Amino acid sequence: MARTLMKGNHAAVYGAVMAGCTAYYGYPITPASEIAEGAAEIFPKLNRTFLQAESEIAAINMVYGAAGSGRRVMTASSGPGISLKMEGLSYCAGSALPCVVVDVMRGGPGLGNIGPEQSDYNQVVKGGGHGNYRNLVLAPNSCQEMCDFTMLAFDLADRYRNPVFVLTDGVIGQMMEAVELPKPVTHIPDRSEWAVCGTPLNKNLINSIYLDLDDLERWNMALDAKYRSVKENEVRYEEYLMDDAKIAVVGYGCVSRVLRSTVEMARARGIKVGLFRPITLFPFPEKQIRAFADRGVEKVLTVELSTGQLVDDVNLSLQGTLKSDLYYRVGGNVPSALEILNRISELYGV
Amino acid sequence: MEKKTVLRKPAGFLDVYKHKPGAEKDRTHYCPGCGHGILHKLIAEAMEDLEIIDDTIIISPVGCSVFAYYYFDGGHFQVPHGRAPAVGTAVSRANPDKIVISYQGDGDLAAIGGNNILQAANRGESIAVFFVNNAIYGMTGGQMAPTTLEGQVTTTTPYGRNPATDGLPLRMAEIINQLEAPTFVARVSLHNPANIRKTRAAVRQALQNAKEHKGFQFVEVLSMCPSGWKQTPVNCLKWIEEKMLPIFPLGTLRDRSAEATPVVRPEPVLEPGKVLEKLGLTEDKSRGFARGTVAEEYSEMSIRIAGFGGQGIMSTGQILAQVAMEYGYNVSWLPSYGPEMRGGTANCSVNIQDDTIGGAEAVSPNMVIAMNRPSMEKFEKTMVEGGSLIYNSTLVEISPSRTDIKAFPVPITGLANELGDIRVQSVVGVGAYAAVTGMFRPEDIIEMLPQFFKGKNKSIIDLNASAVRAGYDYVKNNF
Ligand SMILES: Cc1ncc(C[n+]2csc(CCOP(=O)(O)OP(=O)(O)O)c2C)c(N)n1
Repeated sequence: MARTLMKGNHAAVYGAVMAGCTAYYGYPITPASEIAEGAAEIFPKLNRTFLQAESEIAAINMVYGAAGSGRRVMTASSGPGISLKMEGLSYCAGSALPCVVVDVMRGGPGLGNIGPEQSDYNQVVKGGGHGNYRNLVLAPNSCQEMCDFTMLAFDLADRYRNPVFVLTDGVIGQMMEAVELPKPVTHIPDRSEWAVCGTPLNKNLINSIYLDLDDLERWNMALDAKYRSVKENEVRYEEYLMDDAKIAVVGYGCVSRVLRSTVEMARARGIKVGLFRPITLFPFPEKQIRAFADRGVEKVLTVELSTGQLVDDVNLSLQGTLKSDLYYRVGGNVPSALEILNRISELYGV
Repeated sequence: MEKKTVLRKPAGFLDVYKHKPGAEKDRTHYCPGCGHGILHKLIAEAMEDLEIIDDTIIISPVGCSVFAYYYFDGGHFQVPHGRAPAVGTAVSRANPDKIVISYQGDGDLAAIGGNNILQAANRGESIAVFFVNNAIYGMTGGQMAPTTLEGQVTTTTPYGRNPATDGLPLRMAEIINQLEAPTFVARVSLHNPANIRKTRAAVRQALQNAKEHKGFQFVEVLSMCPSGWKQTPVNCLKWIEEKMLPIFPLGTLRDRSAEATPVVRPEPVLEPGKVLEKLGLTEDKSRGFARGTVAEEYSEMSIRIAGFGGQGIMSTGQILAQVAMEYGYNVSWLPSYGPEMRGGTANCSVNIQDDTIGGAEAVSPNMVIAMNRPSMEKFEKTMVEGGSLIYNSTLVEISPSRTDIKAFPVPITGLANELGDIRVQSVVGVGAYAAVTGMFRPEDIIEMLPQFFKGKNKSIIDLNASAVRAGYDYVKNNF
């Protein structure tokens, strides 16, 4: 299909449409609003539901209702709105409901600002809501990936019956690039076994209550087993010039694009820098980062738009095997490639 | 305890309460004298009589009725505290041929979920709401509810509800009745047989309407809570009669059952061919322009475009990116937004290159298009040595300070004014860019104009075509 110039946020809408998402429930917030606006324009053309909910709390509960009814469903928001969705997400995970949430991150805490940040990392990647659950998290760094990963997110959500996040930032949401639209799906997995849907009605129960202590423990262990299988099977990442790298830079989202430029500048100066970009943040590419030392990497620099959230996972993965540093910018600022290269020179005397 | 024989349960109840843990799968978890059980029975009977058992989805709230799903035969959702109307909204939209019941307590509906019930009612969602007003939080042990009466002692109003600090009881039926959309609004009570009969009628009306998909039904039910009120069941009946009725008058507040029209929701389009057709994506509209020869210095462009808001800065950038895409380049466009967006100035970054694009912001551009003086002053400093600066000489009366860049003063605003429409400035800029870089042929840009100005008439397209030429020719003739 033809390539179309579009915003990352619009690309996410197309990803959802092509994935057979039949309902969008959301509440506006910059820099994610174009997702709601795009859905408002496109979904009615296909008799699909677009509804501007009264709040992010309502939106995620509508997602719960649609998902429990066996529909592919999505919502999107940013920082403050994601915070409000946490209880509902916990219910979705606790009731094993597949759904997709796009988080286009902005500056925090509090009202912060609308510039790009990555400070929702902990609340999204570590679970965020109450109870023992995880979100699967995909981190696109281009408009094409906003489309493709949103589509993929629906498959993963179905495969694991769990919320899946597309976690990105204001830069990727707001920028435009050429996007090649994928073909619409021809098949959506059957959910009649567990969903409340169908004629005659499947009298199923969507529920997260387990009054019996042992029942709830068993359910938590089942969830844990699911997340371990996710860790085994769904790790995704991308490398750029890592094979002979002495210094690895680690970053995701818009930062990983800047880091690519940093790597090129460094190489032009003869400094062997390589880029490691986690694509899934949960599951995190732990083994791949743990293997850095064996591949000849000597130093690891994590760059993020948060004051040390991603780096925690990098350090857990490294298990102390390598010197690890952090460089961050926040408040809506994005470091330039040269700024990061200067930091590398300073830190490592290269 | 002696085992009693159940003569016959309404068919709307399950025979065996299979979801209920423990051994007692034939009786409810409600306290003796509680009103929930009576209301459950009235609903279950109506489900049987209206023949909707196989089409009913019940939403259980958080509160004493959290376990409503134990008892009813139907599809079930147990949902977060207060959110039943939001969940119900999506359930009814996903299952437009089903009957959706939202069963809620007064803490659930009137406190934590107050906004959700208002908004769902206001949208006229196809939900039948049964609202149990027992003037207290039963589940959590008798705390104050929004419906708690003045002076009523609860565990969180140990000195009695004080209107000065806690407000007065919320009358939800009256509030819902203020809205246009609801079809049926009633307040009934369970405190004696005559009123139970009226409750039965209201339940049936609500469910009959739901069966016909006639929008939003709201039945508020005054109900006893002996455990929460710390009174005997018999005293509770009296307490409703004497204390609650004066504050919560009974009756049908609205009945538009006859006039209401059924909600119809068409099936979503999912068939791939139809999806593409409805979205106008069946044909490949890409043009695939052939590239001319482009000088080495312009083969990989990092462009900053800046000016006042209203000068078409964003669209200049988007047009450059769109045209470049048709020549087969990788492109990116990034608007200034967030902390960058201050003081009525706007800027955007465009990258055009064959390699994968890294950082999208043109931090060190090799091309700046400056539409006003502050933009030129700000961004010429960021340019790489040897880069090209196109500036709007109509508004910028000074020369650039950098001498290691190529400067192209173009009277962009002036040329637009000569064409009679200042709004074509952005397209004049695109024409100038094409001439400086040799990257685009003006006729290719012009070919794409109808796409940029969708829905605009021919005279506007022609005007913009002249603007492309004006910018292009000015550069060709003067540099
Ligand atoms: C978010 C959240 N806050 C608080 C609670 C605790 N909680 C459970 S039931 C309840 C009150 C229910 O009262 P009401 O809606 O009046 O129903 P009743 O039990 O009286 O039938 C509360 C506060 C909860 N489960 N979730």
